[in-house]
Amino acid sequence: MTIVGLTGDEAVAYAVKQSKVDIVAAYPITPQTIMVERFSKYVADGEVQTGYVCVESEHSALSACVGASLTGARVFTATASQGLALMHEMLYIASGLRCPIVMGVANRALSAPINIHGDHSDMMGSRDSGWVQIYAENAQEAYDWTIMAFKIAEDNDVQLPVSMNLDGFIISHCMEGVDLLEDEAVNRFLQTRKPLFTIDPEKPITVGALCFTDYYFEFKRQQVEAMQNVSGVLDRVCKEYRGVSGRNYGALETFGMEDAEAAIICLGSTAGTAREVARKLRAQGKKVGVVKLWLYRPFPIEEVSAALKRVKALAVFDKAISFGAPYGALCSDVVSALHTLKEEPKILNVVYGLGGRDITPSDIELVFNEALDTAKLGIVKEKAMFLGVRE
Amino acid sequence: MTSDKKGGWKSLPMGAVVLDAGSSLKYKTGDWRAFQPVVDKEKCVNCLICWIYCPDSAIIRREKWIEINYDYCKGCGICAHECPTKAITMVEEQK
Repeated sequence: MTIVGLTGDEAVAYAVKQSKVDIVAAYPITPQTIMVERFSKYVADGEVQTGYVCVESEHSALSACVGASLTGARVFTATASQGLALMHEMLYIASGLRCPIVMGVANRALSAPINIHGDHSDMMGSRDSGWVQIYAENAQEAYDWTIMAFKIAEDNDVQLPVSMNLDGFIISHCMEGVDLLEDEAVNRFLQTRKPLFTIDPEKPITVGALCFTDYYFEFKRQQVEAMQNVSGVLDRVCKEYRGVSGRNYGALETFGMEDAEAAIICLGSTAGTAREVARKLRAQGKKVGVVKLWLYRPFPIEEVSAALKRVKALAVFDKAISFGAPYGALCSDVVSALHTLKEEPKILNVVYGLGGRDITPSDIELVFNEALDTAKLGIVKEKAMFLGVRE
Repeated sequence: MTSDKKGGWKSLPMGAVVLDAGSSLKYKTGDWRAFQPVVDKEKCVNCLICWIYCPDSAIIRREKWIEINYDYCKGCGICAHECPTKAITMVEEQK
């Protein structure tokens, strides 16, 4: 293993290179650009055997990926923000046709007003599209999850597309030391894709057939089952990856949750800041904890309930708005996951970081203190907090 | 509405893939029909104008009159409209 300085985007590109992907079709968009830029350099320099399809839009990029995936190829694409929005139609086709495509998403805000910085509006807007969603906290995790994503997507019990999300700029453009596996170790871990069916002129099949009232519902039910299978497959893949890399992954990661009275649950890079603040507060004797979700779709209901069953107050961090909804998307999911607990924690929904607005340790400390007060008093003063917005 | 004949979600191939080629004959589009054409054999003169016009090739030629292939007739009514002797009537389906 070698530690190399890489940005999150570069770490993903390197993981894709080691994963021996057959086809990449992508269209560059900030802050994802470096992923495909680096990868196209590997192609141009003859370092990979991958076919690189240059396309005129993200809609075409994912369309090309669907076709390639149906031939049995291992396929990667990447996008962000408006690009993901333009792919929206094809997202459902990729999952409905059961194409195990892996997509790097450097999460970015959606227009209008136009903005290039990081928030989760893009992928949260696609949460019902039938894609598995994984969120990385840093470049190391983005690298590790990209390799694991292929194995999860291509598993016979799953056969679904996977999006590997990393916070735009905060992870995508920030250089960190990334511990890289040897090529040989990745080869042994991943092996060649073994598709369940392929389009082949010698043995023709029909893909994308019309399904009306009499069949459509059954195929959606199949997708539900495949999503439910992700949980077990992910655990198995993470265990195997631990053997290769020595690093621990799963549906979520906790800090201080053994005795926490107040906790924060969040996705992505914010977890690192939250953990640092929690460490400081715990040194002062304050019982706080952090739950970071790696897996957002399928939502790991059991793991989330187990992690949060003892906590008295919980701040759920949403880096996207769900206009008109009772809560942000993550908070709605957490509330539904916890409603079967005997004693539900008091819940505060913290919407933060929109359009890349910075989230600082003092912001998080404020929320922890608010949550500790809530735990003590048993009353939620502010159900929804827009952290860092000017009044 | 469910049908026992069609098979549950566990029995169907993944992702709606059709594994055998040339299978469109198995897709009986006749159940799209809201009105069915009914032929009056007394009036039919076997001119075959309906046979020429039918977009689904659902008119069957017989010795003295035509018949309808209800497996594939979608009930568009073109045959009834074009019939010069008014031998075809569109009758509402009872389902």
